[in-house]
Amino acid sequence: MTSDFLLSLAQAVTKGLLTGMVYGLMALGLSVIFGVMRVVNFAHGEIMVVGMYLAWMGFEYLQVSPMLSLPVIAALFFVAGYALQSTLISPFIGRPEHQQFLLLLAVAILLVNGCLAIAGPDSRSVQMDSQFDSYELGPLVFDAVRLHAALAAVAIAGLLWLFFTRTRTGKSIRAAADNNMGALVVGLDVRRLYAFTFGVGAACVGAAGALMITIIPVTPFLAAEYTLLAFVIVIVGGLGSMTGALMGGLLIGVSEAVAGLLLQPSLKSMVSFGILILVLLLRPQGLFGKSGT
Amino acid sequence: MKFGRRLTDGVPSRALWGLGVLLLALLVAPALLGKYGLSVLILVLYFAFVGQAWNIMMGFAGQLSLGHALYAGLGGYVAAGLFFHYGLGPWAGVFVAVAAAAAAGAIVGYLGFRFSLAGVYFALLTIAFSEFTRLAFDHWEWAGGSGGLFLKVDATVDVWNLRGGPLLFYYLILALAVGAFILCRALLESRLGRYWLAIREDAEAAQAVGVPVLRCKMIAVVISASLTALAGVWNAFYYNNLFPETAFAMGRSIEITLAPIIGGLGTLFGPVVGAVVLTGLGEAFTDASEYFHIPGMKQIFYGLALLVIVIYRPAGVWPWLADKLGIGERRP
Repeated sequence: MTSDFLLSLAQAVTKGLLTGMVYGLMALGLSVIFGVMRVVNFAHGEIMVVGMYLAWMGFEYLQVSPMLSLPVIAALFFVAGYALQSTLISPFIGRPEHQQFLLLLAVAILLVNGCLAIAGPDSRSVQMDSQFDSYELGPLVFDAVRLHAALAAVAIAGLLWLFFTRTRTGKSIRAAADNNMGALVVGLDVRRLYAFTFGVGAACVGAAGALMITIIPVTPFLAAEYTLLAFVIVIVGGLGSMTGALMGGLLIGVSEAVAGLLLQPSLKSMVSFGILILVLLLRPQGLFGKSGT
Repeated sequence: MKFGRRLTDGVPSRALWGLGVLLLALLVAPALLGKYGLSVLILVLYFAFVGQAWNIMMGFAGQLSLGHALYAGLGGYVAAGLFFHYGLGPWAGVFVAVAAAAAAGAIVGYLGFRFSLAGVYFALLTIAFSEFTRLAFDHWEWAGGSGGLFLKVDATVDVWNLRGGPLLFYYLILALAVGAFILCRALLESRLGRYWLAIREDAEAAQAVGVPVLRCKMIAVVISASLTALAGVWNAFYYNNLFPETAFAMGRSIEITLAPIIGGLGTLFGPVVGAVVLTGLGEAFTDASEYFHIPGMKQIFYGLALLVIVIYRPAGVWPWLADKLGIGERRP
């Protein structure tokens, strides 16, 4: 009995860790955008749902696997994010939070209802050949699609890390995030860097969408839930911290899976919100955030 | 009356006349409007009322709550639950409902303010509590769980149990909206109101000159939550049904914030003007989208309208409108 229970618990944790990596990639986009521009992207889940739909369409109409359409979607989202930042959002930087909130809420409404108008309210999923494949490691079973998605998420996060630490643009963005005035003084084009950052954040979440559709079906109504989920993850991990977003993703992924096993699946987000409240009160900078912010 | 004089102090007499005419028009409106017109006006007044309640917290005291559905939902559920299970009439139940919401507001507020969460962090705390409560009600038998709680629809008019047609609920929400308007004016003119504005502009400076910041913020959240609970009770008995999915929904919270933001944060007329604009647009878009037969078309129009307003009138419609009309409300 106990060993059965332990095995199913280990199985749930594994599943949660794998899903959590994709969650982490999604939250990374939000964290990057906030960390650099102090803009709270209330349309984050909506952007991801658009990514999920694009990957679904690529599969449904062009028979392209989401893994292959991922780079295309990420590139498209980078351009769209760059354009969105340089046109709509740029004037709102430094404005009161409720104005940013309203702006991004309007963007969110347009995106999610655009999806609804084009793809309808039905739930859409991708049925790949590898759907029922799995790998076994001792007594543990890994779903193939979930494992692939998780590995891809980690690889993309690694690329992002390289971008921010090794490239000139990445370093400039970090400089602008650390000290906006200083960045302006040394002659960095902060507006362009901001647009670049939003592009990178959008590409992240678009890629996360392409991965997510391989493990979870999409409906337009999921969008708001994902926005909230992304917020929970980045706050728990530490808003603006890259490691924090990934670790927060893992933590929430595991807590959802374990809560689904021990309590009821419908109670899984209650645990996440409970964790969020505790973190907000006891460690508002997040589990991995720098203190004093 | 000293109180009355203080309320109207410094208000130009033509503005008072205008308000009087507006109130009179609203009092006789049901006689002139059809069923549809009345239902739209009810919506306008409802959003003006909850908007006014939310505005106390955000517009006056500067605390961004995105979880006000918690108070509306609690209010509605408590009053409806007491009526449904124990036959306790809403006129008595409303006190319990308001007390419950005020307590919830005090808990969320105290935690948030005591641990000095501001801006987005505070907003997320309010969302977290609201979502947490939604999930709890989803699994709570007494409240009907996710299947919802239904009040018996009765054809007879029974004012003591809030059973009746739209006319009853129209005058109720009108009374609430007018009451909230006067209350907000009184609050703004009071010492407490001045303290709130000081906190909104610069909490640290306010603290330094001796404003009891924590206490003032607590009063703001308790008043705001109590008024929102009244709206929740009204809502529950008007619609006769309650579901956790809608009563505590994030969308409900957002809906409450829109009228004051669109109308003009921190102004008295902002929530009212915002409610008129948003409800008007909503109805117009419902009609317009019927030509398209596309799901989500109404919301797309709505999103575009919000986008246009926030880009061109980020401080709200009312300050600009008042300026145009030459009746500029002294922006506190």
